[in-house]
Amino acid sequence: MLVVACIKQVPDTTQVQIDPVTNTLVREGIPFIVNPYDTHALEEALYFKDQFGFRVAAISMGPPNAEATLRKALALGVDDAILLSDRCFGGADTLATSNVLSAAILRLNQQEEVGVVLCGKQTIDGDTAQVGPGIATRLGYTQLTLVDRIESLDPVKKTIRVRRKLEGRYEIVEAPLPVMLTVVRELNRPRYPTVPMRIDSADAQVQVWDNTVLGLDVNSCGLKGSPTWVSRIFSPERDKGEIIGDGFGDPVGTAKLLIHKLLSKDLLHA
Amino acid sequence: MTPDIYIYAPLLIASLLIFSWSCYRRISLVNVGRPEDRFRNPLQRLLGVFLYAIGQKRVISRSFGLNHAVIFWAFAILLIANGEFLLAGLFPGVGLVLLPDPLHHALLLAFDVVSLIALSAVVLAAIRRIFFAPEYMATSYTSPRSLEAFLILGCIALLMLAYFGLHGTMVATGKAPGSHMPLSSLAAYAMAGVPAEGLQSLAAFFWWLHVIILLLFMNYLPHSKHMHILTAIPNCFFAGLDKPNTQSREEFAKGESFGAGSVDQLAWKDLFDGFSCTECGRCQGVCPAVATGKALNPRQVIHDIKTNLLNGRFDQETFKADKPLIGDGEGSVSEDAIWSCTTCGACMAACPVFIEQMPKIVKMRRHLVQMKARFPEELLSLFENMEGRSNPWGIAPTDRTKWYSTMAVKTFAANETEYLLYVGCAGSFDSRQKHVTVALTTILDAAGISWGILGKEELCCGDSLRRLGNEYVFDRMAKQNVQLFKDKGVTKVITQCPHCFTTLKNDYRQYGLELEVIHHSELIDKLLTSGELKLNHQVADFGRIVLHDSCYLGRHNDIYQPPRQVIATATGTAPIEFERNQENSFCCGAGGGRMWLEEQQGTRINLNRIEEALANKPDTLCVSCPYCLTMFTDGLKDLQADQTRVRDIAEVVAEGLRPEQ
Repeated sequence: MLVVACIKQVPDTTQVQIDPVTNTLVREGIPFIVNPYDTHALEEALYFKDQFGFRVAAISMGPPNAEATLRKALALGVDDAILLSDRCFGGADTLATSNVLSAAILRLNQQEEVGVVLCGKQTIDGDTAQVGPGIATRLGYTQLTLVDRIESLDPVKKTIRVRRKLEGRYEIVEAPLPVMLTVVRELNRPRYPTVPMRIDSADAQVQVWDNTVLGLDVNSCGLKGSPTWVSRIFSPERDKGEIIGDGFGDPVGTAKLLIHKLLSKDLLHA
Repeated sequence: MTPDIYIYAPLLIASLLIFSWSCYRRISLVNVGRPEDRFRNPLQRLLGVFLYAIGQKRVISRSFGLNHAVIFWAFAILLIANGEFLLAGLFPGVGLVLLPDPLHHALLLAFDVVSLIALSAVVLAAIRRIFFAPEYMATSYTSPRSLEAFLILGCIALLMLAYFGLHGTMVATGKAPGSHMPLSSLAAYAMAGVPAEGLQSLAAFFWWLHVIILLLFMNYLPHSKHMHILTAIPNCFFAGLDKPNTQSREEFAKGESFGAGSVDQLAWKDLFDGFSCTECGRCQGVCPAVATGKALNPRQVIHDIKTNLLNGRFDQETFKADKPLIGDGEGSVSEDAIWSCTTCGACMAACPVFIEQMPKIVKMRRHLVQMKARFPEELLSLFENMEGRSNPWGIAPTDRTKWYSTMAVKTFAANETEYLLYVGCAGSFDSRQKHVTVALTTILDAAGISWGILGKEELCCGDSLRRLGNEYVFDRMAKQNVQLFKDKGVTKVITQCPHCFTTLKNDYRQYGLELEVIHHSELIDKLLTSGELKLNHQVADFGRIVLHDSCYLGRHNDIYQPPRQVIATATGTAPIEFERNQENSFCCGAGGGRMWLEEQQGTRINLNRIEEALANKPDTLCVSCPYCLTMFTDGLKDLQADQTRVRDIAEVVAEGLRPEQ
């Protein structure tokens, strides 16, 4: 059985700034990371491999430099790393993205039966949480979102039992395979790559699948396949903070100063 | 007395053969270890041998050490007497007697007196073990009152007694010049009433007693801690010359194994250390982990490595250990022990024979991190933050310049600024340490120093990673930094953190970068002494100041006086000393990456140190390291001892730059 982890390279959002003039992300010099939720999806896929001996494939759609993300997955122990990259995939919204990822999973399914597809609950750059469910819908897989615990997986009966972390409650659900799970951070603690794995991953093969491999209608992927577009992106206006008083030398005086400030702005009631 | 040669000769030859074989069997085991050059700078090494092995410098630096030195020097002199004794049994008439009389008599006098001194020292040692043994002598595998210890002391004492007995009979029968042998004459006096045949039997008895004890003792040596009399002197010769003597680089090639997960992955010198250990327990006595009830005991680490080696066997040419090096039980070092080390270096500074406990721990950490990806879970975010954002907290690198948001600070440029101020992660991000950074820049400006910073381009030095065994990521960070410094033309660097200091100064040397690195305590001291820095007034606001020596500044880099002089000059009073000060200083608990780990076992290291400080009723606890600053600030809060403040020495000096009121 094959387990597929969908991962995405995202800009390190703690370091992202928005250009106030053009309203776009300043991407220059911003390092990329693996979407943090996806690292948990990947970990769970690798855990299935450890536990049941399943084969694990990591797939990612992105520009050629997203290869680095897949190399990290190789260093952690995935068997196949596949980059879905083509000019016509660029500028995709969540619909077009799930079209491409679904096509790749279908293709993988031809090689070996896919049992579980794992995604992070959302990405930290888009924050839509739509791609995972989009894949499930397109592939007709059972969709279990916000999973924080795998209760059991039966490879013979082909069923899975998971716990979903919902607002104020948990829900334990069982579903037949194949299944698409989106996972939250509480699910597991991602592993750290060993050095021999890192060294080996440096010359391991990252497969690149473009649209000649997937054969999608160009109108269903990339910008052309995306009914959503971003009209404006902006940072909320915020007054510049100021440092008042000498909190270190005179903590009591500074606390008083702060309280007066807050009172004067009617943010605090005496 | 002349023995039966047909009994004595085979006995002697067999003893020597068995002894040599045992020594060879054991010492050749060090070949199991990896190669390492411990011969370069032979003159410096010989000097070390004279100072530390023959001179016993470290031995006598602690209480009761003089007693050992006396036994050692006595042993060295009596080696001549015993050599002659064994030889004379084979070739009667050959020996010191052939020397000119005055020389011969002088030697006889020396042997007589030295034997008494040795006997007294051995008796004292036994008394100490029975009645006044320090706590650190006891451990899981031995105690001050162990059979082994008394067997050794007993053998030496018996040898001395047999010597007096034998020479007493010789004086009594006129075969030795009593006038030059006061103690043996005393023995002869005690035998006054014994008839001639009786004297002859006594002589034979003492002769054989001496021979048998000597040969038994010799053959007991390789199987006991007394082996050190053969290995300790070479161990001083092979001592590490690098500072801090922590670790060597690793080459990250495909198919290699990293760190030490088995004894054969340690270096040969790591294994030789085991045979040099005398089990004195001094490392145990100074270790902060031991003092606070952690799983680590540096002496036990050395013992377990030795046990693991001795219990292994050879399958063809390949060494096979009978149990893993990292694990539980005797012969293995537990993971808890490995992660408990603060790399403070107290054990290594205390060891009289230069055993290197800390580098072995780092090697085992390297194995756990790099081969097994196994480490306390708190470290996962540290490792990722360091690799992804080049600081331990994972704060955005763009925030590195926030500390000077309202100040004008120059960027370093090779021809425009003399010094690079390497602010460091704590100085850039830690809200408390930022005050120290500002204080330091005030001082630099007041003294007219030309300095600049790297700003957003500055990267973490990687100290914690290296001490925690994540050599792979450290290696990458070191290479980046070295390239950055080279590109920028940096030659002189000021640091405010002893960890940055030692990493830039000592570790980066392994990457071909020789920097003139100066810690702010040294620089401020220099500026105050030369008069380039003039204070507006003497600092009185800090009351009684007690000074803490940071491990990485003191023990690792021998910088002890500058912070003391800075405080003395700024305040007009020398700082109060901790009971454990300078090379005996006690760690704050944050070194070796312990800053980023929870302290779950035993009591807290920082509290141990603070309680020692509070005994002096200080108003201010003065430090020159951001880790110490954090650990002590937290510790004082825990103890609700808010009447004592923690300040960096730069803050004390900066106070003297405020305009006089």
